[in-house]
Amino acid sequence: MNITRRTLMAGTAAALALGAARVRAQAKQKIKAAFMYVGPVGDFGWSYQHDQGRKAVEAALGERVETSYVESVPEGPDAERVLTQMARSGADLIFATSFGYMDQVIKVARQFPNVKFEHATGYKRAPNVSTYSARFYEGRHVIGLIAGHMTRTNTIGYIASFRIPEVVRGINAAFLAARSVNPKVQFKIVWVSTWFDPAKEADAANALIEQGCDVLMQHTDSPAAMTIAEEKGIYAFGQASDMREFGPNARLSSIIDNWNPYYIARAKAVLDGTWESTDTWGGIASGMTEIGGFSDRVPFEVRKQAMDAAIAIAAGRLHPFTGPIRKQDGSPWLAPGETADDATLLGMDFYVEGITDSLPR
Amino acid sequence: MLRLEPRPEPSRAMQALTPLAAVLLTLLLGGLLFAALGKDPVAAMRVIFVDPLLDGYSRTELLVKGTPLVLIALGLSFGFRAGVWNIGAEGQFIMGALAAGAVALAFHDVPGLWLLPLMALAGILAGLGWALIPAILKTRFNASEILVSLMLVYVAEQFLIAMVSGPLRDPQGFNFPLSRNFHDSALLPLVLEGSRVHLGVPVTLIAVALAAFVSRRHLFGFRSRLLGEAPRAAAFAGVEAGRMTVICLALSGAAAGLAGMFEAAGPAGQLAPSLPVGYGFTAIIVAFLGRLDPLGILLAGAVMALTYVGGEQAQYVLGIPAAANETFRGMLLFALLAVNLLVHYRLRLVRRAR
Repeated sequence: MNITRRTLMAGTAAALALGAARVRAQAKQKIKAAFMYVGPVGDFGWSYQHDQGRKAVEAALGERVETSYVESVPEGPDAERVLTQMARSGADLIFATSFGYMDQVIKVARQFPNVKFEHATGYKRAPNVSTYSARFYEGRHVIGLIAGHMTRTNTIGYIASFRIPEVVRGINAAFLAARSVNPKVQFKIVWVSTWFDPAKEADAANALIEQGCDVLMQHTDSPAAMTIAEEKGIYAFGQASDMREFGPNARLSSIIDNWNPYYIARAKAVLDGTWESTDTWGGIASGMTEIGGFSDRVPFEVRKQAMDAAIAIAAGRLHPFTGPIRKQDGSPWLAPGETADDATLLGMDFYVEGITDSLPR
Repeated sequence: MLRLEPRPEPSRAMQALTPLAAVLLTLLLGGLLFAALGKDPVAAMRVIFVDPLLDGYSRTELLVKGTPLVLIALGLSFGFRAGVWNIGAEGQFIMGALAAGAVALAFHDVPGLWLLPLMALAGILAGLGWALIPAILKTRFNASEILVSLMLVYVAEQFLIAMVSGPLRDPQGFNFPLSRNFHDSALLPLVLEGSRVHLGVPVTLIAVALAAFVSRRHLFGFRSRLLGEAPRAAAFAGVEAGRMTVICLALSGAAAGLAGMFEAAGPAGQLAPSLPVGYGFTAIIVAFLGRLDPLGILLAGAVMALTYVGGEQAQYVLGIPAAANETFRGMLLFALLAVNLLVHYRLRLVRRAR
């Protein structure tokens, strides 16, 4: 009897201790989550998708979360002020959703050790700063296959933003996939040096079409190129969001950034007190990179091939960068059967063999 | 029926009152805009114009945000009075930041008190040099300085991108188009601990005093006014229009270049394509809102800084879209131009007599 009782009491004590420990891990009843976007939430691309993520957090956590955002924040001194104001106003979790916020995030995070920061597409972390990004290049592979099949002029236009590894990687992945199904494919690439500038993006689209491109891809945030493609009767792909409504005839498929599950998980982690600094690079498998529905204009066999590729990538059976691949200058990069490691991909600063444009210096 | 009637001479009272009237008109129109968006206009105005003044951190940020606006507007005001239209201060700002940044990076990790003055000099000369291009094209070929200076903004933007993507790129930066972070000797010292208020803030305040003296007491201030208001009289008084054009453009370019240096070596601390955020253009509104008077510009700069700092808060707290804030700022210039009409014209109620 005594023993039982003692055991019981010990058990209770342990439970109490456990409870105390959980309290110490700072589980919260309610949190404030703040979002900072580089473009307007109405860009229908990059920032729009992040804001969808914010809404998903609200929908999933209801009363337990309060969200707010500031849009069109330039990547510079203004970002530091916005982050500081967010942290001062009692935000528990802050999502900074552009690469150019990196140094500001690190700086402000140091001043507010109790606030958790999530920085998209960056590489600098701290005990209260996590980074996350998606393997967009997996999506590029899939739409590259479709583009290679669909082009009649064998010329694919690519609207690129900045010469950073993420963008170069996307061009290479799309090119390799397009070439694998159409050896005559050429890429024409225009660098617009902006993430969001519908006028510039439209100019680039027109310039590419004049040069004979009949399929457009983009690594910028607005649906401007899609609307031009619709007007000119050529093809394009949705970027970041589906963009179906901007090119009902032009749109072949899309790469969709789905941040919702990640954002919900991170907000929950802060609620539970289990948040830790992590580095996440999700792809098709985790659902962070999604392939939008295929247009009826894409022939059945092509759709099937693209679908199979997406499934194979998700299952880990196919890597978009599988040797033999040479660099543009002809030097070997990947031996037959070899796949690229993440470190090389993250620092990618070269075109693969076959791309005729040269990287801007 | 209301009729616009030219005044025999510009109304001094209206001249003094227009900025205030413009701000009030903007508040009214802006309030309507916010109300149309379903937001409480009174709450919006409080968040934008009052709350930042009551909060210590926001006050320091107003100084940081207002400094480039005031400094650039001061430089522009002399030319605007003389009828010399430098619309390209943004480009001169960029060139100033770029030159100062290039000096900082050339001497990376070299300590020394001489570095900041050298960067300031580089910034001033680069801004000045960039402004001399429209000046020379104007005096030699009578090319419109409005168009030339404006178009050079886009050249400067592209040049900045090319530089930070190439020669000035951070070698450890994974090829992102950003420079290194400047080292300590290349960063402006802070004058208020725990804030971002840098040395450029007091320097700009001194510049306001200096500009006030020049515009009121110095011959140059008088000449610039004379040239703008009565070009023929100015010619008789021996004011050479060509020389004044060059001096005014050079002065505004130098001020914008210095502002660029302050921004790069102050809150930015590095060069990036996103460094220019339109200070050179907004400063034009600041100059006119301040009635081209240095003290007025100081006040106008403060109001404009409020619309930025408070505008962000309005987004964050009330969910007012960024575009509405932009529109709100644009309304200010619009209201100013509209109200300005009353300096030279008056409204008269006339009876239909026919």
